[in-house]
Amino acid sequence: MSMVSNYAGLEPEMASGIIHDDISTETGDGVTKKKVPFGAYLAAAWMSLLLVGILGAPYLPLSDPNESIAGLQEVPPFQVTDHILGGDSNGRDLLARTVYGARVSMEVAVSAVMFGLIIGGALGLLSGYYRGKVGNVLVSLFDILLAFPPLVLALALVAVLKGDPASGKGLPTVVILILALGIVSIPVLARITRANTLAWGQRDFVTAARAQGAKNSRIIIREILPNVLPAMISIALLGIAVTIIAEGGLGILGVSVEPPTATWGTIIADGRTALRDSPYIVFVPCIAVFLTVLSLNYLGDVVRDRFDVRESAL
Amino acid sequence: MTTTDPEPTDRVGADADPQAAPDRVPNGDPLLQVTDLKTNFTSDRGRVQAVRGVTFTLDRGKTLGIVGESGSGKSVLARSIMGLMPSNATRTGSVRYDGKEVLNAPLKVMREYWGDQMSMVFQDPMTALNPVMRVGKQITESIHEHLDVSKDYANESALKILQSVGIPEAKRRLRQYPHELSGGMRQRVMIAIALACGPKLLFADEPTTALDVTVQAQILDLLQEQQRERFMAVMLVTHDLGVVAGRADDIAVMYAGQIVERAPAKTLFSDMAHPYTEALLQSIPKLEMPNHTRLQAIGGRPPDLVNPPQGCKFSPRCPYAQDKCREVEPPLEEHGTPGHAFACFYPVNSPEGAEALARNRSSNLARTNTTDPTAVVS
Repeated sequence: MSMVSNYAGLEPEMASGIIHDDISTETGDGVTKKKVPFGAYLAAAWMSLLLVGILGAPYLPLSDPNESIAGLQEVPPFQVTDHILGGDSNGRDLLARTVYGARVSMEVAVSAVMFGLIIGGALGLLSGYYRGKVGNVLVSLFDILLAFPPLVLALALVAVLKGDPASGKGLPTVVILILALGIVSIPVLARITRANTLAWGQRDFVTAARAQGAKNSRIIIREILPNVLPAMISIALLGIAVTIIAEGGLGILGVSVEPPTATWGTIIADGRTALRDSPYIVFVPCIAVFLTVLSLNYLGDVVRDRFDVRESAL
Repeated sequence: MTTTDPEPTDRVGADADPQAAPDRVPNGDPLLQVTDLKTNFTSDRGRVQAVRGVTFTLDRGKTLGIVGESGSGKSVLARSIMGLMPSNATRTGSVRYDGKEVLNAPLKVMREYWGDQMSMVFQDPMTALNPVMRVGKQITESIHEHLDVSKDYANESALKILQSVGIPEAKRRLRQYPHELSGGMRQRVMIAIALACGPKLLFADEPTTALDVTVQAQILDLLQEQQRERFMAVMLVTHDLGVVAGRADDIAVMYAGQIVERAPAKTLFSDMAHPYTEALLQSIPKLEMPNHTRLQAIGGRPPDLVNPPQGCKFSPRCPYAQDKCREVEPPLEEHGTPGHAFACFYPVNSPEGAEALARNRSSNLARTNTTDPTAVVS
């Protein structure tokens, strides 16, 4: 009997507690807008800093990145006030080289990924929308490109695009790098785009658009592309990171931009000979790459969360 | 359905609008004339015969209800007529729209018809609206596609059409995304999109199936109201006889890719002839039935459309079926009342039918199900 009354006495409290919990979570999810995470501000701060460096390098109080300064050979960071990040094996200011290197590295990486995104995205959309012969031929092409190790493919492309050095003509090295790294990124971006296009292309709203007399071109560009774009951009941001590192790889192999021009890749390539005694030479550009890649991915996620209007995002 | 419809219709039709009628009816052809339409899909299992020889006509301003259970080919029929087919489909027969043959017409020609002349309202407004495009944009897209009008004019039209489908605060809604609207609102938007260019023929493919019951009637009333205003023909596809009951001029009952019975709506309900129609009607629960009455399901499954059975396709599930039904496929023919056609040798409420049913019961030959509620349902 006492058990029963106990139980009966407890029940309303429990019940009200449960109901209260339900309501609070519901309003929490439904009404409040997503908070911008603190990390996003840090990421934005780093990217702003980078942007200032890229755009304003000549106006900033930096040393000449290619000038060897006496006594600065392999000086670690935070030793000399004028050259806060120290110097490399040739006595060149590391801060100046990193900032100027950012210009070339970012130019190459962003352009290459843009190139890959446009070409790969277009091919991915086409192969996903026209699933018949067109799609199969394109997918085979992506597979062939993917079968090469990316760095080997980039190396081969640089060699081909450079042409005959004796002729003295040819594309500037930066353009060659952009094309080579861009072509390497095409199959990955195309496959992601295709996979998403396949999924979205079978939705009813695509049929509905057709039933309203929309042309294929309009269906692809206006109906499918906006739905596929978030996935494409996420992968592209990751692609920028991979490309910065790939450019470094080409730098180590000696086919990146000619010395003494600094890129993050060539700084790492130069510094590797002194890795045992002065590892900081490699670390400085590595940290820059790491922070940039992390910030880009982080910002990419935040932007996607904020602007995704689809149901799944709610 | 037939051009000489003897039933006086209570709907606003061609006769009710004498001034507009002549130029709305440029020739004597019916708006839509479908003859022996067959649709096949090639699949890994073989050829799927989704639509197997459908013939009917639909006049301007009229409503044809297509009723059947899932997999009877009713949605495929609507899409076959319109030509919205995947690449593995083949169609034969004839579809004449306004006197012109449109079956297997080139895509470029069909695009002129789609949206402008014929349009479709889809079943699920959740998936049939583009989630990342504003509602207003989705309406104006098709206006721009077909009519050479300015941006302002298109926006103005979109606002008007949104108001006409009963959306409050239409101006604000134009700027919203589909996920910000309720299910009923989305279906109204869907209808607005379909009506944006003023089509003469509207296919409504289960327009209320995905909606709340309380909203269903509103949407159907809206469709009917728009149909009257625009003098539009509607092909209303549904699995629910109740949906078409008060709204269709004619009803065609489909089974296994064929029309098994078609009649003016009143005739169909008062004088149904096909056992499948009877079974469909009996499967609807009625209010006057006592609580916990067992629902009258139709036993068995629709036939496999890759290898359909010989004879009448409904015979394996039919309480009236005789040996003849399992061997010979009954043709769809008009019997008795003009406009009332059915494909059955032993129709309901006929001496032959009663005899067949009695014979099946007495010899205990009744197959998977009978119309007797006490019978064991397998």
